[in-house]
Amino acid sequence: MSNVVEIRWHGRGGQGAKTASLLLADACFNTGKYVQGFPEYGPERMGAPITAYNRISDTRINVHCNIYEPQYVVVVDETLIEAADVTNGLREDGAIVINTAKSPEEIAPRLKGYKGKVYTIDARTISVECLGRYFPNTPMLAAIVKVTGIMDPDEFIKDMEASYAHKFASKPQVIEGNMKALKRSMEEVKGL
Amino acid sequence: MAIRDRLSGNEAVAVAMRQINPDVVAAFPITPSTEVPQYFSAFVANGKVDTEFVPVESEHSAMSACIGAEAAGARTMTATSANGLALMWEMLYIAASSRLPIVLAAVNRALSGPININNDHSDTMGARDSGWIQLYGETNQEAYDNMLMAVRIAEHPDVMLPVMNCFDGFITSHAVENIELLEDDAVKAFVGDYKPEHCLMDQDCPIAVGPLDTVAHYFEHKRQQAEAMKNAKKIILEVSAEFEKLTGRKYGLFEEYKMEDAEIAMVVINSTAGTAKFVIDGLRDKGVKAGLVKIRVFRPFPVDELVAALSKVKAIAVMDKADSFNAAGGPLFTDITSALYGRADGIKVVNYIYGLGGRDVKTDDLAFVFDELQEIAKTGKVKSVYNYLGVRE
Repeated sequence: MSNVVEIRWHGRGGQGAKTASLLLADACFNTGKYVQGFPEYGPERMGAPITAYNRISDTRINVHCNIYEPQYVVVVDETLIEAADVTNGLREDGAIVINTAKSPEEIAPRLKGYKGKVYTIDARTISVECLGRYFPNTPMLAAIVKVTGIMDPDEFIKDMEASYAHKFASKPQVIEGNMKALKRSMEEVKGL
Repeated sequence: MAIRDRLSGNEAVAVAMRQINPDVVAAFPITPSTEVPQYFSAFVANGKVDTEFVPVESEHSAMSACIGAEAAGARTMTATSANGLALMWEMLYIAASSRLPIVLAAVNRALSGPININNDHSDTMGARDSGWIQLYGETNQEAYDNMLMAVRIAEHPDVMLPVMNCFDGFITSHAVENIELLEDDAVKAFVGDYKPEHCLMDQDCPIAVGPLDTVAHYFEHKRQQAEAMKNAKKIILEVSAEFEKLTGRKYGLFEEYKMEDAEIAMVVINSTAGTAKFVIDGLRDKGVKAGLVKIRVFRPFPVDELVAALSKVKAIAVMDKADSFNAAGGPLFTDITSALYGRADGIKVVNYIYGLGGRDVKTDDLAFVFDELQEIAKTGKVKSVYNYLGVRE
């Protein structure tokens, strides 16, 4: 699947990892791509580890199984680094993006010798400061768009503004905070 | 003009239902089909459809309400999965034998027990002899397209049978993928109005529906029901040809993928077909002549057409996402082998039960099956006919 970008999300129930994967699929769809966004379903409950996936391609995607050798992994909850074996199958020419206040240098030793690129973003601080509450999925979505370069950042921001306007039609007061969080996250993601 | 969109399978089917604007929808929620009536009930609440939505208290009641509505002359739909379908069982047979063209979105899920919410085909495979036409779809696109065509097939005067539109739970129902939708007007024109020849509401021609059918006529009615199922094959092809003119998307009784010169073939149903196509592309790059037959119409079973498609290969793997517990093979396997018997003898056919209860079907799993087929084609020897794929034992 050389021309397909494959992404695996690790989060905990309630953090919005599934929603983030669907929002990423939406944004990429809007740039003309073929997309897949799907969670791995089990007995969902708040706080339990969940996995979600994206495939993004210029051509039609036929494969309908889970992703075992992703190019990118997004870790929405730092406590999953050990609990979920987040680097399992992750390609060394790819990258992992982790929600943590720590630097990539501090996190890297916990990644079982993973040799690819390591990025971190303090989604908690950004979310709390921009939204007043902890919703890590918005910062993580921005971070993965930045890291993958899967679409033009300005185009992404413009697209998200439109989709938030639709999604939050009944509570427009949260749009500004979400947009602020997106923009700030794209600037604050740190790479190793 | 087609509308480019991205939707989950359930959303796509609910959109198809909105565009069809049926007279009655009666449904009870069950994972993973719940979203179909959920999205649809929002269309009802927002005035997007004129449908009478009947939120019943069980699936038995859902199918009973569908039967009553359809008998009255209303275009009627429902959706369910797994144990919901099982609870409809008694009424499924009554719908079919009463010749009521109800359309049911059957979102495939493992039938309990043990209890499991994930995908396999044990629910609809169990209902394969209930007298319903069964269409299966690989993607959200096919689930949407089949929903539109199901109405026309079911209501055709030569058919008048209910149709199940089957697609994989979660894998298709909950994954968001690209899709091309028809415009509302195009769907309206394609499905047309439902004008049954006979119905309970027709005061000029009063009829009874569902009375006792004694020895004098029961057998004749069942014979007519069987004839309707035979007729369905031709009508499915006619409706599909008309749909192709409208959309450019070609549907037959099954899809053949790289079968022209294939020496080994896999026969499979629903989403796994896509993963198999990917594996076949890789094998073809290496010069392996592998092909795929993806069943779209399982009832009626296209015996002659399947034999024609499969008769040139040396070895076939039939994939069943349901076990029959007959110590002999899965439901698709037994139908394929009996189709080949006396018509294309000598072809080696093996069976794999796979993916039960949502066990993920990896590209490696399917590559293993093709490796086995290559070995069988080369040696002419079959080590084991009835096999399990991806299970720990």
